[in-house]
Amino acid sequence: MSIRERLSGNEAVATAMKQINPDVVAAFPITPSTEIPQYFSTFVANGSVDTEFVAVESEHSAMSACIGAQSAGSRAMTATSANGLSLMWEMIYIASSLRLPIVLNLVNRAVSGPLNIHCDHSDAMGVRDAGWIMLFSENNQEAYDNNLMAHKIAENENVQLPVMICQDGFITSHSIENIELEEDSEVKKFVGEYHPEHYLLNKKEPLAVGPLDLQSYLFEHKAQQGEAMKAAKQVILDVSKDFEKWTGRHYSLFEEYKLDDAEVAIVCMNSTAGTTKSVVDSLRENGVKAGLLKIRVYRPFPGEEVANALQHLKAIAVLDRADSLNAVGGALFEDVTSSMYVYKKNVPVVNYVYGIGGRDTTEKDIESVYADLSEIVSNGKVENPYRYLGLRKGAK
Amino acid sequence: MTNINKNTPIDDLTIGGNIYEAGNAREFKTGDWRSVRPIWLEEKCKQCGLCFPVCPDNAIPVCKDSLKRTDYNYDYCKGCGVCAKACPFAAIEMKEEGVDE
Amino acid sequence: MAYNLKEVVANKPSRFTEGHRMCAGCGAPVVARHILRALKEEDHAVIAGATGCMEVSTFIYPYTAWTDSFIHTAFECAGATLSGAEAAYKSLKKQGKLPEDEHTKFIAFGGDGGTYDIGIQSLSGAMERGHDMLYVCYDNGAYMNTGIQRSSATPQFADTTTSPAGKVIPGKMQTRKDLTKIMVGHHLPYVAQTAAINNMKDLYEKAEKAIYTEGPTFLNVMAPCPRGWGYATEDLMQINKLAVETCYWPLYEVVDGVYHITYKPVKKLPIEEFLKPQKRFKHMFKPGNEWMIEEFQKEVDKRWQELLDLEEITNKN
Repeated sequence: MSIRERLSGNEAVATAMKQINPDVVAAFPITPSTEIPQYFSTFVANGSVDTEFVAVESEHSAMSACIGAQSAGSRAMTATSANGLSLMWEMIYIASSLRLPIVLNLVNRAVSGPLNIHCDHSDAMGVRDAGWIMLFSENNQEAYDNNLMAHKIAENENVQLPVMICQDGFITSHSIENIELEEDSEVKKFVGEYHPEHYLLNKKEPLAVGPLDLQSYLFEHKAQQGEAMKAAKQVILDVSKDFEKWTGRHYSLFEEYKLDDAEVAIVCMNSTAGTTKSVVDSLRENGVKAGLLKIRVYRPFPGEEVANALQHLKAIAVLDRADSLNAVGGALFEDVTSSMYVYKKNVPVVNYVYGIGGRDTTEKDIESVYADLSEIVSNGKVENPYRYLGLRKGAK
Repeated sequence: MTNINKNTPIDDLTIGGNIYEAGNAREFKTGDWRSVRPIWLEEKCKQCGLCFPVCPDNAIPVCKDSLKRTDYNYDYCKGCGVCAKACPFAAIEMKEEGVDE
Repeated sequence: MAYNLKEVVANKPSRFTEGHRMCAGCGAPVVARHILRALKEEDHAVIAGATGCMEVSTFIYPYTAWTDSFIHTAFECAGATLSGAEAAYKSLKKQGKLPEDEHTKFIAFGGDGGTYDIGIQSLSGAMERGHDMLYVCYDNGAYMNTGIQRSSATPQFADTTTSPAGKVIPGKMQTRKDLTKIMVGHHLPYVAQTAAINNMKDLYEKAEKAIYTEGPTFLNVMAPCPRGWGYATEDLMQINKLAVETCYWPLYEVVDGVYHITYKPVKKLPIEEFLKPQKRFKHMFKPGNEWMIEEFQKEVDKRWQELLDLEEITNKN
């Protein structure tokens, strides 16, 4: 039986972590994810988990300690945001290359500079090629659910990759919303125990981790990571199916909202999907065939599935909450458009960089995107594929 | 592990570069680095035990029971000469490799 | 049981094998191997290595020269990496997920680059948090792995590739950072400075105490580098001895804040004896550069005196 509660996104994650009861949590505070280690250390202080909480002196050490802990044979978790992830960057690559199923909660925030503590996805986008599975969460419920599924995905023998669960800083992390929680014992049963085949603490078979890997081997080891990432797609679907059987909550690689018969659609991630759903509903009342594709699994990127799901549209807008500053377009835009090109789906696509540094994205903003899409449909062409949404324009 | 080499197919490599055979560097011989060779003159050796602990390459075997050293393990000796210098009895001579006696 | 070098070497298996690819005559394998001999044979160890000479030449895929478990992640985080492994051990042990009668010890090895400089934050954090682990710095006084660049452990006036002895600047202008004392400042139960001299008793006994003292402990071990220091390769043990006899590298330990100098030379040798055989100090012996030797000597004397004073003060109570 699910339990109805009201929790913020950070509380939801901390609750999931408490139920998962990882062996080690190593974390360093950074806004807006600080509450996660705060809540969690309270659980530790009160003896409600078996976890060793390592209050490290930096995020670099947080990920280093997680790598040490996971290699040793334990489950390790952490949480961070923005610059914290930037400081971890070196270790992020090392964690995935060592094939360690660490789970990290990333509460998305703009990476400096200049300094800003509010939401955008520039932190996550900075590590999109680091070999981590990346799950995005529209709200507290999804952040909670993704945590319950993460270990089963990460630890699968065909995967053995770390998982990063994203939610929007403040917008999700600090808003209190309704949530359905699962029973502790049920979570424990679903997540299961961790029994790695090889681990440092095994006296009977000492293990050596992290060699100098030269020209004859690194290429193959990287390709093995790539294969594991490809294999992860099916594993995510399988775990999601089991999760649905248990909780009744459905998850896939992405969510299609009124997309079947849509003519124009937005592709986006995290909390903006909530705003977009509301706009889609009102546009539909006015006869506009609007739809939404919300990416849940950003890495591995479900390119073929996304291309197929979007092929019938007349125009698509991809919303990026991070600017790649490459004079071409955002990261999600590139992933979507290249997938469509490769799978030969020819639909006009336009990119909007939006919500940078916590800039509000209102229903009005989203409506304007759909209006632009309708114009593209009637004109049959995309004048400027790389646009801003919600930016103050100059007088010129 | 020992059978992993530059021609091993991708599927047969351990993931992440993990090594499951601790201490298998023994299978990698470093003796061919040597340009000078230590010669142990057993008759001069007093078995004082100053040479074998200072060998960076663990190339001087010691008998567990008698606590006496035996001849060099030339599979690993890199010819650094630290042992010869540590010997107070001139019982170790350094000879250039490839030069006949 | 009294220390007997022959027995230790003969009866305790080498946990750092041959077949590694450190340079011929390198001082680091000698100290690392001897430190690991201080482990009880029945104990398992998890060893962490900071990126550096020792790590890259002992752990080249698919070979490892360590007979215990070993982990390398990056340059600056051996302390943090090992603290994670130690936390895992504590957690799993507490939960009854590991055999009760098995014991694992945690030992990190880092060069002076990975310890004094880029890794000092991670080391400091791990020590302050009180993990039950030993961190060993094998100090060869420069970034040898990348080709002899100066570090904060490089002695004054040393000629390195980033502090070259030039016409205007005669080598490294700064004196050495005193990392051992920085670690003492962490109020650890055991901190020691040692080197491989004579029958290596000092090294072995300090290693044993450090490994088996509960809580975070630190060893600073001098590990000469024939290539970086420019002495004749075979002179490893002579260089070790000269460093100690000149009081350039004093041997001491600090147990719960109380200093104990473990070796006091009967007659302290002049610093020239240590400097002369090393090419990195060659320019100091040119006519007109006598002031450099004088200054070097003054610094050694000052630090030695400070150590004597600390020993006296901390033993008063």
